[in-house]
Amino acid sequence: MSIILSETEAKALLQKVLAYSKADECEINLLGEERGNLRYARNEVSTSGSLVNQNLSVQSAFGKKVGVATIDEFSDESLEKVVRRSEELAKLAPENPEYMSVLEPQTYLKSSGFFESTAGIDAGKRADAVANSLELSRGKNLTAAGFLDNQKGYSAIMNSKGLFAYYPSTSVNFSLTVRTPDGTGSGYIARGYSDINKLDTAAATTIAIQKAMGSMHAKALEPGKYTVILEPTAAAVLLENIYFNFDARSADEGRSFLSKPGGKTKLGDKIVDERVNIYSDPTHPDLPASPWSGDGQPLQKVSWIEKGVVKNMVYSRYWAQKNNVQPVPQPSNVIMEGGTATMEELIRSTKQGILVTKLWYIREVDPQTLLLTGLTRDGTFYIENGVIKHPVKNFRFNESPVIMLNNLEALGKSERVVSTESDQNYLVPPMKIREFTFSSLSDAV
Amino acid sequence: MKRRDFIQLAGLGTGAFMMPAFAMGRNVSPEAFLEKSVDVAVKKRLADAALNAAKSGGASYADVRIGRYLNQFVVTREDKVQNIVNTESYGVGVRVIADGCWGFAAVVDVHNEAQMAKAAEDAVAIAKANARLMKEPVQLAPQKGFGEVSWKAPIKKNAFEVPIKEKVDLLLSVNDAALKNGANYVNSVLFLVNEQKYFASTDGSYIDQDVHRIWPIFNITAIDPKSGKFETRNALSAPMGMGYDYLQSNPSDKITGVTTRYNKGYDMLEDAIAAARQAKEKLTAKSVEAGKYDLVLDPSHLWLTIHESVGHPLELDRVLGYEANFAGTSFATLDKWQSKNFQYGSKQVNLVADKLQEGSLGAVGWDDEGVNTKKWDLVKDGVLVNYQAIRDQAHIIGEKESHGCCYADSWSSVQFQRMPNVSLAAGKTPLSVDEMIKDVKKGIYIIGDGSFSIDQQRYNFQFGGQLFYEIKDGKIAGMLKDVAYQSNTQEFWNSCTQVCDEKDYRLGGSFFDGKGQPSQSSAVSHGSSTTRFNGVNVINTARKI
Repeated sequence: MSIILSETEAKALLQKVLAYSKADECEINLLGEERGNLRYARNEVSTSGSLVNQNLSVQSAFGKKVGVATIDEFSDESLEKVVRRSEELAKLAPENPEYMSVLEPQTYLKSSGFFESTAGIDAGKRADAVANSLELSRGKNLTAAGFLDNQKGYSAIMNSKGLFAYYPSTSVNFSLTVRTPDGTGSGYIARGYSDINKLDTAAATTIAIQKAMGSMHAKALEPGKYTVILEPTAAAVLLENIYFNFDARSADEGRSFLSKPGGKTKLGDKIVDERVNIYSDPTHPDLPASPWSGDGQPLQKVSWIEKGVVKNMVYSRYWAQKNNVQPVPQPSNVIMEGGTATMEELIRSTKQGILVTKLWYIREVDPQTLLLTGLTRDGTFYIENGVIKHPVKNFRFNESPVIMLNNLEALGKSERVVSTESDQNYLVPPMKIREFTFSSLSDAV
Repeated sequence: MKRRDFIQLAGLGTGAFMMPAFAMGRNVSPEAFLEKSVDVAVKKRLADAALNAAKSGGASYADVRIGRYLNQFVVTREDKVQNIVNTESYGVGVRVIADGCWGFAAVVDVHNEAQMAKAAEDAVAIAKANARLMKEPVQLAPQKGFGEVSWKAPIKKNAFEVPIKEKVDLLLSVNDAALKNGANYVNSVLFLVNEQKYFASTDGSYIDQDVHRIWPIFNITAIDPKSGKFETRNALSAPMGMGYDYLQSNPSDKITGVTTRYNKGYDMLEDAIAAARQAKEKLTAKSVEAGKYDLVLDPSHLWLTIHESVGHPLELDRVLGYEANFAGTSFATLDKWQSKNFQYGSKQVNLVADKLQEGSLGAVGWDDEGVNTKKWDLVKDGVLVNYQAIRDQAHIIGEKESHGCCYADSWSSVQFQRMPNVSLAAGKTPLSVDEMIKDVKKGIYIIGDGSFSIDQQRYNFQFGGQLFYEIKDGKIAGMLKDVAYQSNTQEFWNSCTQVCDEKDYRLGGSFFDGKGQPSQSSAVSHGSSTTRFNGVNVINTARKI
């Protein structure tokens, strides 16, 4: 049997495992995946590999005593053993006061994240896709370093109350850095898709080449506050720090940027510009994602920030019950709505500003204000009177994405990007921001 | 496991969205940790099956890593145990050179020769598919085989043998002490690692190794409800290549002063009490005035600056461009090294790479491509003298053998050049911290690591910390907050004027040095004594939202 089980096969396997259970409650998570990657640098392949993985995890509960055991062998004997082991662990465990009973059967939205095209990628296809990229960089006497990574897999869940969910998915991520031989220019591109037919490594390479050649011999500008245009790849790594910190419990406890004096939170408060709308939707065709969370809760379209106002925070089932509200599970994707401007219009309407194509090494400096630091990288340009004048040396910034979204000037159209920090895929628009704080210069290219 | 995954799992972040699934192994009972690993004779038989299949498939070189990786996390907050996670991951990675190109394949839970041979064949197929993208074949520095050998971390008390209850009791007592001393919240975690690694290669090595690591940590939050401000203070522990003995500290392991710091034994309870008081004190501490200061940096802080501004730029794969698409390249280019007079730092600066140092995270007998480990100079009397290189890079810097710093974070990851322990040698002249501070007119004394960021060629960096003390006319003048310093690597190390002597030498480090695509974590230590840097730019990080 293939590592990637069909819905019917997964259901049958889970039913078999559940039949061994003698606990008050039992929940089983199952996954299988196949991955392949090709890495190249200095215009030739460096390392590459493949990985086959499967895993079945059983959670047994007696009252509020819980045990988890996991196995990666699926023989009948092993399956029974893993159930028994989780039950033994549960009996030995201290009571977990935050344990929540498993869910009743749920209804899920339909989301299509599995593409046969991507599932069929093999070592030869990866080499072809990379060859298309290498040909261009070698032809221009530039140096390319890149990475192509594909995955197909599924996850499934079943519990003793009859809940069952199954979600198959595929993904392919491609990233590339092109450098000029004299080391003064560098350009980057990253693309992430569920369907490899959307990936054009040659077209992506052409953009990285343009950025590399266009960023040669950058001039130094004084650090300070500038109007910036952030390409989606640059904006994503700042915005995700907002997403990572949307937990209601931390906000209620007074240790989040969403906390307010006196034990209150900013739920319902306007925290950023009214043009900011951030939501999640597992059925979005450009960013399909699992329609259920790890504990089987259905995921639907949820608005997090609407017209600049905090509409929802993430409530675990335990924290929701304690506060007498509905649980809001962690989303499986995040989308920021865009505006109508094209990149050209954003640039044309800028009197003086900096075009930032990528940011690097983002770290939180202060959790209270979400102040972040990091640097520009792989193509930073000075804009004057609506045109790109010349490349500029890289800057270090110290800025909070919350302050940034208050200083919003304009939004472009959202596109799918891969975070260069977390590898997550998002839909993010390019954005123009005033008074973005650059605090020092870097010599790095 | 990535740093963010760890922060989420350990409850140290306030994170909410998209907590990743933990694909680091299967959960097992603690008793399973004590089950003996697969017998060495069986591992040899399995390894030979892969090596033979690789050779008959056309590989000119092959190595096999059979790995059993055990992790245990005990996670608590306040008076609750949040999670006890025991994971075991067992599998095989086979690496080959065929048609002059690397190929790699990994398979979970391998038990028979047929599975081994299949993995080897897959690796050869990948190598052959990619060989057409190669311009020059891989060149490996020669390496003699060691036959059947083994290495074991010199631990005194295997942490996996300590009952869970004892660990839970320790963490809950730490939390209780913190709450009694003014903390509003406290998360504490005990993180244990055991890597049981078997390596075999067509060079004739069969190497069995047993590596242990321990990292006790906490994060304490103090809140001022009126203003809504909060401050945190993290543990001043270090991750160590030690057993549970690290948690049994003796008075000789303690360095007293403005706050107590720890050497080879950590008193978690005592540190938590100090941390709770200090987190509260931070709420009303003076916000720093931006400007130039002389910095006195404690080893619990300086390790991270060494890691980012010395460890990474001297990785030869970065220098050559192999990491250009992710971690970046390096300012420390080959021409600077070839000049033999590139002044990386002042004359006081001696930086050494070391894979032997006892108790460190990097210590092993052999690296993950069967090279015996060693110690070598990187920067001598301030001058750049060497890099960190592995077998397929040694020829590029004219060396005949690898430095022995190749590592993979799992059986499922391909091994590549990783940072050895990189440390600043202690000063040769007797000098204590008090004597160093006495001489500083306008300075800041920084203890513990905080936020960190550096550019992709390792010029410009910014570091925070846990505790900041103002130094005025040779005396500690009180606590500061909102402090971060920015500098340029070469400028910074050339502003080093004094290094305390070996009595103050301690290790810091991390389990989560990230590099490579797919990203891999490596555990690494960095030692130093307290060190002074003159005229460094300090910024104020306070903002309003």
